[in-house]
Amino acid sequence: MADVYVVGIDMIRFGRYPERTVVQLAADAVLLALDDCGLGITDIQALFSGNIGETMTGQRTLQLIGQTGIPVVNCTNACATGATAFREGWTAIKAGLFDTVLCVGVEKMAPGMIVKKKVGNEPFPAEGLIGSETMPAVFSMVGLEHARKYGTTIEQFAKVSVKNHHHSTFNPKSMYQKETPLEEVLGAEMIAYPNTKLMCSVNVDGAAAAVLMSEKRAREAGVLDRAVRVRASALASDAWTERNQVMQDVNTVSRQAAASAYDMAGLGPQDLQLVELHDCFATAEILHYENLGLCRDGEGGRLIDSGDTSLGGRIPVNVSGGLLSKGHPLGATGIANIYEVSTHLRGEAGRRQVEGARIGLTHVVGLGSACAVHILEKA
Amino acid sequence: MLPATSYTRIDDDGKPYLQGSRCPDCGAVFVGEREHCGRCGARARMMSVHLGERGHLYCYTIVHRSYPGIKVPFISAIVDLDGGGTVKGNLLDVEPDPSRLRFDMRVRMVFRGAEVASTEGAGFIAHFFILDPENSRG
Repeated sequence: MADVYVVGIDMIRFGRYPERTVVQLAADAVLLALDDCGLGITDIQALFSGNIGETMTGQRTLQLIGQTGIPVVNCTNACATGATAFREGWTAIKAGLFDTVLCVGVEKMAPGMIVKKKVGNEPFPAEGLIGSETMPAVFSMVGLEHARKYGTTIEQFAKVSVKNHHHSTFNPKSMYQKETPLEEVLGAEMIAYPNTKLMCSVNVDGAAAAVLMSEKRAREAGVLDRAVRVRASALASDAWTERNQVMQDVNTVSRQAAASAYDMAGLGPQDLQLVELHDCFATAEILHYENLGLCRDGEGGRLIDSGDTSLGGRIPVNVSGGLLSKGHPLGATGIANIYEVSTHLRGEAGRRQVEGARIGLTHVVGLGSACAVHILEKA
Repeated sequence: MLPATSYTRIDDDGKPYLQGSRCPDCGAVFVGEREHCGRCGARARMMSVHLGERGHLYCYTIVHRSYPGIKVPFISAIVDLDGGGTVKGNLLDVEPDPSRLRFDMRVRMVFRGAEVASTEGAGFIAHFFILDPENSRG
């Protein structure tokens, strides 16, 4: 089966846009992506729209820029929403249904803690009475589980924030672009031990969009020169593991999706030049180094210490600034990560360019759970 | 007192306990009532069990920022129960500081009014954990 290519991709700068609606932001990103490859909305044969907060966002976006009557699918998969929308577009081209599709991810978020939608029929809200299910608490627990197994320290977790905030100073599309030294990260307000405020990703508004094409159509349209080949698209849900009904397990689902992606691509972690992974909290990044095979189990702390995951290191991780600094508009992140990797593969990442980038990997995890991993290659 | 969760039960002697389900095929234990097994897919054979009241601290976090009305900081604990099953709950009566906690500490389940955790909790009863005095024995 022939490959699918990303031929146009872009994102708006993540930030706060109180005057813009969700679909206005989506439309902004869609138009940027179309302009990136010189196409118009009438060239698009299907639209895949990822958003958690609202419904029918795909159709409402088209209403703003061109109601062409094409098939629209609205996707949601928690924080893996954007990558799921991307994968649906990829799947449709792979299936031979379309030659040119557009995938968009978008979210507007209130600042502060994410308040979970009501799930089930509990007599009393569980939060704070029956332990905690807030995002910081969940990811602090998985960090402490790693500390329990391998002796990972708070300083090692905090170094992730130092690194990603540093990277963001080279990324004009990042919400925050500010250095945060280790003492500042450790001294920030404790949210859920061991994650301080500077170890938590930022709730922001954002949108990202990608135009995908079949190989045949990309050749005909003459857009292969800046195209990015999708070597793998993988999606996993969380298989049963002991405790995962009570303590979220982001490791098993990530490993499942990563293994599937490496297998599909016929590649391994040693073939990657850069990774954009799901650093929703500083603790999470350390776990995902191991989940994605960037180092052996238990070596995640040593890897951050070594500097190898910084720009200029052996395997740069989150040179965009990551969710921690660039921001994490839930529906948009999955496509924003693909934008970042694609930009490096095209040699267009400016001051944060990873030299010689040919193959990159993106990873997002949505609690509940879903994990999407994509492997992208310079065409 | 009303049960604060769908799996908090009071037995005929007025003693509260947590309802669980065990799969007779694969042995998986779930908190609450289950019709089918989420681990092996066994259909309509789940057995009702009373979850144990003693266990050990598998993992935790100390929550400093939570929703309005929730008393912070509190310890959110993941407890592996003797006899099977894992439950989440607040760990009480110990200073919420990492220096006071050790992985695998023995804990016991207690039932108290929900107002210990939430300003809206009066009238509800919920499970909590406390350190098992067994910990301090040689």
